[in-house]
Order: sequence, then structure tokens, then C-alpha cells
Amino acid sequence: MSAVADVFSYIAIGAGAFFFLAGTVGLLRFPDTLTRLHALTKADNLGLGLVVLGLLPHVDGVLNGMKLVVIWLLVLLSGADAGQLIARAARRALRRHPPA
Amino acid sequence: MSEFLLAAAGFVLAMVALGLVRVLRGPDDADRLMAGQLLGSGGIAALLLGGAAIGDGSVVDVSLTLALLAAFASIAFTKFAPGADDGDDAATDPARDHRADAP
Repeated sequence: MSAVADVFSYIAIGAGAFFFLAGTVGLLRFPDTLTRLHALTKADNLGLGLVVLGLLPHVDGVLNGMKLVVIWLLVLLSGADAGQLIARAARRALRRHPPA
Repeated sequence: MSEFLLAAAGFVLAMVALGLVRVLRGPDDADRLMAGQLLGSGGIAALLLGGAAIGDGSVVDVSLTLALLAAFASIAFTKFAPGADDGDDAATDPARDHRADAP
């Protein structure tokens, strides 16, 4: 049983790390603020979700597993909310001093 | 297994460090804040991975607190960023409300 859990963890955490890479590359390479924000918010939340998914079989007790999922939900909600707020701030900053 | 977890935690931290370059280069305040937010979620992932690697359960509470504080950072920025209080569209900004003028 633990071999299956290990393989599952390898795959899930590997995919999560890949999405962190994608988020960072998106943050560095994308042309303007809003596209970077899009890349960052989506990729990171998915990366964290996959990491949490991969860690679930290694956590002792159901309570700790649920705590992990709650952390991911909190990051999801706050990320979505912060994404909207940052987008509005970026739009207003753009409107205040438009690019030359 | 725990070496893989630690390797993944190191990789995520390397990604966060790479993302912090945006703080230096970012033209806009919003870009710098996004790197901070990446630090938040990347830090949580690395914490969880490291905690699972050494079998320490208390790390889960630490990452819960980090998640909360990362949310506060973004909200604090957008609350006091320049231009935070000027209106957005016709609904909220009386000066822009031209709906009545249309024939």
C-alpha cells in the first residue's frame, strides 16, 4: 500500500512543483501587469493544491489531512480575492499615469 | 521519500527566489506585491513539504498563519495604494455617471 502512496505522492508533488515553475516563469516573462497576475494566481494555487494532494497520504491522522485541505482553501480564497484587488489597483495606477 | 520531499521544498523555494526578481524589475507596485504573494504561497508549499519530510505536524499551523498573513499583505497594499479611493465606473463615481444624459 505504501508503495502506491509513494508513487502517487511523487507524481502529485512533481506536478505541483512544475506549476510553481510555470507560475514563476509567467511572472517573469509576461509583458504586462495583468497577464502576470493571471499567470501567478492560477499557477500557484494549482501548484499548492497538487502539493497538498501529494502530501495527504503522508500526514498522520485525518484531522491533519483536513487541516492541509483547509489551508489550500484559504489560499485559494485569499488568492482569488487578492487577485481582483491587485487587478483593480493596477488598472487605477495605469489610468493615473498611462504608459508613454 | 523524505529526500524527495526536501528536494521538492528546495525547488519551490528556488522558484520563489527566482520570482523575487520581479520585485527588483517590476515597473509597477502591483508587480512587486505579486512577488510577495508568490513568496506567500511558495513559502506555504515549502513549509508543508519540509514539515512532512521531517514528520513534524506543527508546521501545518505555521503555514496556516502564513496563508492568513499573505492575504492581509495584499489587502493592505490595495487599501492604501495610490488611487485606491477614486471611483471606478459610472455606478460608483457620480462624476462619470452620464447615463441620464443619453437621449
